[in-house]
Amino acid sequence: MKRKIPVVEQVLLYLVLIAGLAVTIVPFYWMVIGATNRTGDVFKIPPAFVPGKHLVENLHNLNNSILIWKSLYNSLFIAVVYSLIGLLLCAMSGYAFAKFHFRGKTVIFTTLILAMMIPYQATIIPLFQMFVKLDMLNTYSAVILPQLVYVFPIFLMTQNMKAVPTSLLEAARIDGAGEFHIFFRIVLPTMTPALAAVTIFLFNHQWNNFMWPLIVMNTKDMYTLPVALSTLAGQNSIDYGQAMLGTSISVLPVIVVFLFMQKYFVSGILGGAVKG
Amino acid sequence: MHAVAENRQPERKRKSFVTVKTMPYILIAPIVTLFTVFYIYPIFYSILLSFQTRVRGEYVFAGFKNYVRMFQDPIFYKALGNSFLILAIQVPLMLTLATLLAVALNVSWLKFKGLFRIGYFTPVLTSLVAASVIFLLILNKDYGLLNYVLSLAGIEPIGWLSDGFWPLVTLIIVITWRWTGYNMVILLAGLQNIPHDLYEAASIDGAGRVKQFFHITLPLLKPVLLVTFIMSTIGSFQLFDEPYTLTGGGPNNRTLTLTLYLYQHGFSYFDFGYASALTYAIVFIVALLSLVQFKLAGDQD
Repeated sequence: MKRKIPVVEQVLLYLVLIAGLAVTIVPFYWMVIGATNRTGDVFKIPPAFVPGKHLVENLHNLNNSILIWKSLYNSLFIAVVYSLIGLLLCAMSGYAFAKFHFRGKTVIFTTLILAMMIPYQATIIPLFQMFVKLDMLNTYSAVILPQLVYVFPIFLMTQNMKAVPTSLLEAARIDGAGEFHIFFRIVLPTMTPALAAVTIFLFNHQWNNFMWPLIVMNTKDMYTLPVALSTLAGQNSIDYGQAMLGTSISVLPVIVVFLFMQKYFVSGILGGAVKG
Repeated sequence: MHAVAENRQPERKRKSFVTVKTMPYILIAPIVTLFTVFYIYPIFYSILLSFQTRVRGEYVFAGFKNYVRMFQDPIFYKALGNSFLILAIQVPLMLTLATLLAVALNVSWLKFKGLFRIGYFTPVLTSLVAASVIFLLILNKDYGLLNYVLSLAGIEPIGWLSDGFWPLVTLIIVITWRWTGYNMVILLAGLQNIPHDLYEAASIDGAGRVKQFFHITLPLLKPVLLVTFIMSTIGSFQLFDEPYTLTGGGPNNRTLTLTLYLYQHGFSYFDFGYASALTYAIVFIVALLSLVQFKLAGDQD
């Protein structure tokens, strides 16, 4: 029993959705306009509405004010190393919490969950003092290490690991397989979707991380992309050609990867709240 | 199981340290160590710091001095007030938009659903700093795109980043742009869990779509809505990247948030004692909200 939807209503819904989409997308378009024009061209009245020819010039200027490629490298390096180590830690602890009985399990797990309720701000000042004492300010480790303690993906991994059949593990043990063999060769391969989601979640978390790198990184050559971008925005008269190009360089790669890996991406960024 | 069969040699199994008994401890040892050093210790140490104050370069015990100062600090109340204002305006605005979008994208006859979903999701892919920088250009008072478009309608230029209550409006616009798609996707997943028969039964009973929305969709979406509501609420007390990049908290602290204020005291004035006290104002609020969220999530299962 299909009811016919009035044409007016259909057209109206499409119009509203397209208008909303336009509002969502225009800032990206404007970013590209800004990246390819001189500030003067974007600041004309009426402004330049099409991409201009000053991309190379803007890139040159951008390279003079921030080390954009070095920052891109810093951001990538930190995010990749962080998400790989983080993934291993989450998988290991998730597997332990889901598939083993051991003394102290409940206490440790509950402590982790309770810690999830305490915002990271509570740790920032002592952590800063700690890295000052260790003489480790302005290093990749200073950004990566404290962020490895991230309870939510551990929790996520624990939930996922519960799906591994205990009988499979027991069978492998009877066959004489070592515990690490079981973990790496039997458990992890069955967890690929969850591992992908957690990797993207961690990568995204670190890629966008701002406050902590802002605190511990204090020379241009160690800035991550968000920190470098914020220094451009903090200048008295902003050169928007540079700023928009820098922003494009930080945004466009993520969008491209997203378009290819949408399924994993959405569930990854939302931390498993949504299945692809 | 082939690989397993090759590796085992039960007869001369060497005594290994790694057994079913020790394995879980080996698995959790790294995270427990990191957790203790980089989380537990700092949390307790910052409690200690919040009771200290710096006298000639040395931190000494000062009792409740920092907390007394906080409760008498008009700027603290200003920052707290800003968080509540954003909470009261931005969160309902964004969640209403996200719900309407999710319902629209869940309409059975709609085409290009995937395209719309991707489109509305793209802002989530920008870092908060990047989003703020883009809006600095669009919202420029003299030459920004938005004021240009408004001028076509005869509206005088608005000082989005400088005048009156507008900087707060700007903050709300940027956050809404960045997060609506995120919440939409979560709500859409919630909608897809509502059984179709309910709507069919309702329309046979003659209930219109507005009535269906208020009597079926909203009540059944409530658990998911609550989760997004609490996540957004926690977010508005932790705002930092956007006000730092857009306005630096100004003008006149009108966009100052608690986290930004804590950052200023900690890393501009290096007053770790007072900054730690401010930290615990945030901890208290966020922990309370998380507790509520956790209870709600627990009730759902």
